[in-house]
Amino acid sequence: MTTRVLIPSGALGLNYDQTALDRGIAMRPDIIAIDGGSTDSGPAYLGRGVSKYSRASTKIEWRGLMQARAAAGVPLVIGTSGTCGTDSAVDWMLDITREIAADLGQSVKVAVLRCSQDPSEMGKMFADGRITPLPAAPEVDQASFTSCNNIVALAGAEQIAAALNTGADIIIAGRTTDTAIIAALPIMRGENAGGAWHGAKIGECGALCATNPQSGVVMVEFDADGFTVIPLADGAHATPHTVSAHMLYENSDPFILYEPGGHLDVTGAKYQALDDTRVRVTGSKWVPSDRYTVKLEGARGAGFQCILMVLLRDAHYVKNASKWTEDIIQKCRAKVQTRLGLGPEDFEIELRLMGKNASFGTLETHAAMPHEIGVLAIVTAQSSELAMEIGQFLNPYLLHHPLTQAEEQPTFAFPFSPAEISRGQTYEFCLNHVLTLTDPMAAFSIQEVQFA
Amino acid sequence: MPRLGEVAQKIRSKNAGPFWLTVDIFCGNETAYDTVRKGLSTSAVAGSFGVNSQEIKRFDIADLHVVKFSLPRPFIQGSTHDPDMHGASWAALLADLTLENAAP
Repeated sequence: MTTRVLIPSGALGLNYDQTALDRGIAMRPDIIAIDGGSTDSGPAYLGRGVSKYSRASTKIEWRGLMQARAAAGVPLVIGTSGTCGTDSAVDWMLDITREIAADLGQSVKVAVLRCSQDPSEMGKMFADGRITPLPAAPEVDQASFTSCNNIVALAGAEQIAAALNTGADIIIAGRTTDTAIIAALPIMRGENAGGAWHGAKIGECGALCATNPQSGVVMVEFDADGFTVIPLADGAHATPHTVSAHMLYENSDPFILYEPGGHLDVTGAKYQALDDTRVRVTGSKWVPSDRYTVKLEGARGAGFQCILMVLLRDAHYVKNASKWTEDIIQKCRAKVQTRLGLGPEDFEIELRLMGKNASFGTLETHAAMPHEIGVLAIVTAQSSELAMEIGQFLNPYLLHHPLTQAEEQPTFAFPFSPAEISRGQTYEFCLNHVLTLTDPMAAFSIQEVQFA
Repeated sequence: MPRLGEVAQKIRSKNAGPFWLTVDIFCGNETAYDTVRKGLSTSAVAGSFGVNSQEIKRFDIADLHVVKFSLPRPFIQGSTHDPDMHGASWAALLADLTLENAAP
């Protein structure tokens, strides 16, 4: 038996090649699977529980996939809905689906997999020792959990399988591992488990495992011994090199991949070109673990920010930019503390020299003098109002601060009025932990919805 | 002595989740791979990032002509002082490293 998984692209919102998708549908896939998010765009999406992609774009692309599903007569599954996979992002995706179903006159059964966790409940589980850190996890205590705006658990193949078992036409999942939505059906049908997880990792970014990576669409065909990668767009070719190199991509270890319930080991994998487009992979191993764990992601508020930008073009100031910014920070901080009655820990002012060392700070090795420098001022404080007011303290320094008292008052270039820009609440990732479960569904729930 | 950026075909740095950074050095051919593998010490990479060698995971992958390094992110992704949300710029920091004849 084989199980064909059609993957339209690396993420809903990145677009896909319609011709290649049609070609995939003609090949009679067993499921269509697409990812809807990741942590890669930063903590604000998880903190707010919102999508990074435009709703209109998401709707257009999802509509195309719902039509493809109807044509193929197989399930359509999206993982990590709305970038972050919180319940709010799942509801957003469900609303879009409802609108499209009504629009197309489709009658569809939807299974919704929810992955959000109650922060205080997670805090208790941490205190009970059921939540443990992964390498490079930040120091946390029970309060770190309760302070989170959102915590999600990453679902694996078991939870996706449970959703598929409802017989749903469409599965809208919250946070899942990138691979779970692809690996679930092949595993359910008894294909090689190592091959299922490995093929899922290779296919999770769509055609990124082939040439012409922007084309998106790829088919992964799973069987009892391994899997075959078949890119579907014109000019897209998979080679043993492009496929095996994809194990490097955003993986800290290119041979081992941890998933709920075990890990994938591709040390012994063999990559073979079947022709100039398709690659066959065998020898991947799935190693079940003693404990069933799911990874947690959490984001919490990290203060409110106001930013300002100013350009230095005067050669004397470009040359002495570090001295200038250090002097401003010292003088402005003193004034803020005196006039607002704040302590030194109550706020932060950072001035980054863009064009000089804003990428690497003190680790920068190039010392060549640029002809201009953009100064990005970042004020962080405990409320938006306070951050904006400190921005107002900073404004006249950025506009007129002289390097020496002896010179005529300089003026620098502000690109905006008002110069202070509110960034509102900012967020930080604060968990890199796993939760041990006795029942894989214990941290997840499935809701069935019928759109007539 | 050549710089890494002159010998490697491509250097790519990416997030591997919010807490890890991973740098893939694609050498392009066996000669370049040998030069990089032998000439780029883990301690030199650690020095560039201002961390200890023990914090860095290294993979020499002959089949791909790739040398890969993974390390805890210099700043947690998206934290107040993180300059680079997607971790993409860090590749350029390594491109300037001089390759030596030292064993890795």
